[in-house]
Amino acid sequence: MKSRETSFRSRVRAATDHLATTLAILATVVVVAPLLVIFIYLLVKGARSLNLAFFTQIPKPPGEVGGGMANAILGSAILLALSSLIGVPIGIGGGIFLAEFGRGTKLANGVRFTADVLNGVPSIVMGVAVYALIVKPHVSWLPFTGHFSAFAGGVALGFMMIPTVCRTTEEMLLMVPNAVREAALGLGVPNWRSVLSITVRTASPGIITGCMLAFARVAGETAPLIFTAFGNAFWSSNLNQPMAALPLQIYNYALSPYDDWRRLAWAGALVLIVLIVLAVSLVRYVTSRGVLKGAS
Amino acid sequence: MRISQFDIQPKSGPEAGREPAGVASAEASPIRKFLLSRGHSAFTDRGFHLLMVLCGLSIFGIVALIAFELVLRSDMTLHKFGLDFFFKAFSDPDTKQTVYWDPFNGLFSAVPFVYGTLVSSFLALLMAVPLAVGVAVFLTEMCPRALRGPLAFLTELLAAIPSVIYGLWAVFVLVPLMREHVNPLLVGALGWTGFFNDDNPTGLGFLASGVILAIMILPIISSLTREVMSAVPHSQREAVLALGATRWEMIRMGVLRNARIGIVGAIILGLGRALGETMAVTMVIGNSPQIHRSLLSTGSSMASVIANEYAEATSDMHLSALTEIGLALFVVTIIVNGLAQLLVWAVTRGAPSQAH
Repeated sequence: MKSRETSFRSRVRAATDHLATTLAILATVVVVAPLLVIFIYLLVKGARSLNLAFFTQIPKPPGEVGGGMANAILGSAILLALSSLIGVPIGIGGGIFLAEFGRGTKLANGVRFTADVLNGVPSIVMGVAVYALIVKPHVSWLPFTGHFSAFAGGVALGFMMIPTVCRTTEEMLLMVPNAVREAALGLGVPNWRSVLSITVRTASPGIITGCMLAFARVAGETAPLIFTAFGNAFWSSNLNQPMAALPLQIYNYALSPYDDWRRLAWAGALVLIVLIVLAVSLVRYVTSRGVLKGAS
Repeated sequence: MRISQFDIQPKSGPEAGREPAGVASAEASPIRKFLLSRGHSAFTDRGFHLLMVLCGLSIFGIVALIAFELVLRSDMTLHKFGLDFFFKAFSDPDTKQTVYWDPFNGLFSAVPFVYGTLVSSFLALLMAVPLAVGVAVFLTEMCPRALRGPLAFLTELLAAIPSVIYGLWAVFVLVPLMREHVNPLLVGALGWTGFFNDDNPTGLGFLASGVILAIMILPIISSLTREVMSAVPHSQREAVLALGATRWEMIRMGVLRNARIGIVGAIILGLGRALGETMAVTMVIGNSPQIHRSLLSTGSSMASVIANEYAEATSDMHLSALTEIGLALFVVTIIVNGLAQLLVWAVTRGAPSQAH
């Protein structure tokens, strides 16, 4: 009697175990399947819409067939260069501070925490702040201020890069063994030199991949550009003027009533995705090979 | 020759330190080089240190700058409406209808946007959390080793897809799907609850934005949950297994119970993302400043109204109201993210991250 009860209980337990396993597998399928669908849909739809004109021409007036997003590609490249100019040096500097100078101090913990929190602040809020700072300042304090401009967009994106670059740089620097630092200092190398030419250099593959990750994230940002870089239907390489950007153009065209503009939006999405997948895969490849392998 | 130079050098005082390195290096002894570099670096070292501290402090600077600008620019509505901005609606004197947002007549109330943000984020969490935890359990505890890498890579990739592309997909695939198939089904089956009315034929609305938000926050929640679960020591699992537990009992008692604080942190972090998510929501929520009980009707979220109206705001008051919504979003996401960060840290601190 008792043994039958036990066997019943153990059967229930085994069944629960099976059920849980099935549910977990089911959850994975439910998650992965639509994601794969999104991805494949993008690839097919984008590839069908992509042609040479996309890379060489600027948008045609509404309703006309043809045209491309060459100006948006150029604009995105300029905006990203500008944002990297701001975000990468300051971010790496912050990372060096966290890993080399402030380890374990209250200040460093505060910076690290703030960086993580800043990372989660919605990008649209950054857009509003930069709008207030540069596009419509109380006092016009720089030649670039007072109107929509590529400069404002670059600043917004650059600010967004700083926390990401800072945290990955710190993580990579922490992987450098202390013996390397001590060896450098033991040879009488000044500290700044040891940090820059020894520690940072050793961790450089990791730092570069961190920068690329931040770059890939910022490349797709639309919200902070709507009211900073604003967008432009024509060629523009003037930092003081509104400038087109790929994600911005995708947003505008996706909501347009013209079929041909929607087609361009899909093509733009594909280009953006390929760019980002390349960056992420590269990061994955480098980190899986062991960040510091080349240096050890 | 060398020795004499070494003797002479210290006496020549500060002049020697300024001598260009290229000239002296031909004959300089190693010791002298060392001393020279020491003299140089006393200043440069301090300068470098200061520069790096400044870079670190710039992060505080950015947060302070955002807060300062947002408060400064929203003072008009802050003064005029005060806290009522987030709680009170207006009543039209002629038609006796409730009005929330009327830029032309200077009536601003954030109520419908707060409502829209809360409803879409809550729907997203409702759908994403069980799935994300399921995926994390599968990946850390059950998955064959060969599958783990590609699946982890896929989730990483999906976290990197820009929000505007999710929005594009939602506009052309998800919304038609909702309109043609899902919404009629829900109205038929659950229409009596009042949450599903078929008064909106577009397919846009709270539910559509909830679904796309769920898809977007899934990778974040599941990868963080995975990280937290991998931080649970193996001895815990082994101890539970040694007591004769099945695998699920081991996961429940050994892993999930130990990681629960971190999982809550991961969920809150996902909530933070959902609250501030802009582009995808703007593209599918329908953008009407109204409050409806039905989840199938159109609405507007805090982020989406900013994205929609900021660039072409009609008046200073309008701009100020939008900025105040931005300020609220900023404060809320800072609190939510800070809390989540503390919870995740509480669990993963000390344990090396194995999720990557």
